[in-house]
Amino acid sequence: MHPIFALVVARNKEFYRDRAALVWSICFPLLLILGFSLAFARPEPAVFQLGLVDEAAPAALPEYVATVDYVDRERALARLRHHELDLLLDGGAGRLYYNALSPASLALLDLLDGGDPLGLETQAVTGEAVRYADWVIPGVVGMNLMFGALFGVGFVIVRYRKNGVLRRLAASPISPLVFLTSQMLSRFIIVMAVNSAILISCTLLLGLRMEGSWLSLLLTLGVGSLTMICVGLVVASRIASEELANGLLDTLSLLMMFFSELWFSLDSAPRWMQWLSELLPLTHMVRALRAIMVEGAGLADIWSSLAALGLFAVFSLALAARLFRWEADG
Amino acid sequence: MTTPLLSVRGLHKYFGDKHAVRGLDFELEPGICLGLLGPNGAGKTTTIEMLEGIKKPSRGELRYRGVPLVGRALAGYKARTGIQFQATALMDFLRVREVLELFSSFYARPASAASLIQLCDLGEFVDQYANKVSGGQRQRLLLAVALAGEPEILFLDEPTTGLDPQARRHFWRLLERIKGRGTTVVLNTHHMEEAELLCDELLILDHGEMVARGAPAALLRAHFDRQQVLLERVPELRIDPVLATPLATERGAAFATDRPAAFIGELAAGGADIDGLQVRSPNLEDLFLKLTGHGLRD
Repeated sequence: MHPIFALVVARNKEFYRDRAALVWSICFPLLLILGFSLAFARPEPAVFQLGLVDEAAPAALPEYVATVDYVDRERALARLRHHELDLLLDGGAGRLYYNALSPASLALLDLLDGGDPLGLETQAVTGEAVRYADWVIPGVVGMNLMFGALFGVGFVIVRYRKNGVLRRLAASPISPLVFLTSQMLSRFIIVMAVNSAILISCTLLLGLRMEGSWLSLLLTLGVGSLTMICVGLVVASRIASEELANGLLDTLSLLMMFFSELWFSLDSAPRWMQWLSELLPLTHMVRALRAIMVEGAGLADIWSSLAALGLFAVFSLALAARLFRWEADG
Repeated sequence: MTTPLLSVRGLHKYFGDKHAVRGLDFELEPGICLGLLGPNGAGKTTTIEMLEGIKKPSRGELRYRGVPLVGRALAGYKARTGIQFQATALMDFLRVREVLELFSSFYARPASAASLIQLCDLGEFVDQYANKVSGGQRQRLLLAVALAGEPEILFLDEPTTGLDPQARRHFWRLLERIKGRGTTVVLNTHHMEEAELLCDELLILDHGEMVARGAPAALLRAHFDRQQVLLERVPELRIDPVLATPLATERGAAFATDRPAAFIGELAAGGADIDGLQVRSPNLEDLFLKLTGHGLRD
């Protein structure tokens, strides 16, 4: 057997024979998803949401209307179609968009027209409501995939370095390239198997929205896994302390958990936070997953997200290859 | 004359200010077992790791069959050597047989798992998880891993340290077996019995320097021409300094003499208590003490 495959088989055996970790890695995301779909089956916004685009500046608004600024009109319109916004005020075109299929949108339109008419041309868009579960589950799967890839590669290689497994391997005639390729492949197989199974079974069982093609979904998961694995390789390239590795991986994953629009949209967040979010690979993966599942986007619509992921992957892989040492003291 | 497998010239290693290895010169002849003997901190591990090609010497040259061990030659050298480190973990959740198969896959002409299992007596625990076996079994497995590529040179760094006497003897029997197949062995040890039993040639190291070199028996012959007589109590009589000279000892009394029979006769005649008297030949421990002024275990 080629050393790469021998190492992949060995690593996969380590994974599936560790029963406790195996059960946890499958149960944890399932529990999260079940919890979310039960808890947020019907979100009840406390106030009406009015989107603003193109420097729209409405006059005095009633207290029960909150405003959210948007830069991108298409993104704002998508929110309106999914019933996440109730109205959208376009300052450039002097137009007020409403969703003809949303009771809340129609009600708010009535309320505003009745009280202090904005005096603008109105235009209807239509779209079915997107449940919070539909929106959040691509994020939960993205997060699970991130944890699996980052820790599965990062933590394991650091442990191998600390306890001398890497030293033992370095003394045999295999190259770092062979070793790292085997670790990537093994983790790729594991992460893809676990997460596609979770995503597909949840979608079918919970009747989640799935507008796009399964093929593009798998492709996005694949590109996303590789990217996260490469980021994990960078963390694991040199350090030999499990505590330090844990700290770094925790920081990275927490950063992505909060700023990659996993749980909530950053539409109303400060601009700098939105920029920061663009610098995180998970943002792009989750955006593509949501576009496919919620909006039925095809590859043509998500290519920029995939390209961003690809860039992250190539950059991290090059960095990891440059930094890698078998042993901590070089 | 045969070409030495390894020749070492002016080998030095510094770690920052610490001068760990201070200029070693020697050859490794094929088919022998070379022992690096010295106390902890003598530079044995640093030396063996430079010989293995794992650590880069700060100064000096290493040649394998006359070719300097740098660059491409170093990569090829790895395929011809087998290494057993002082402490190594193996992958979790892999069985002993699977570990052997994994390491065999790294070599172009590996030893078969079956032959390694037989050679290193792994048969009784071959289906157990590798990180769950006993200390002695673990050292035998690591020995088998080191032999997976049918190496020309086998490097062992303190392989029996921490083992109980029975496991240690078992390991020595395996090494005799491996030596019998013609494999060249380099063995680090601070265990004098191990060195005396297994090594054809010894380098005695202290503070990074070679203090003596040679076959164990020849070294002892060259440095000691007298036997030692050990008594449990200090005799209360005057002893002719030509016949025997007192030696430093922690308990009872010790004398060096080239005529033990005559000396014991004198003791008995003088009424000394000779219950528990022993006559013994000086060993490597005594040699080390004589050469360095301190013991192997210090």
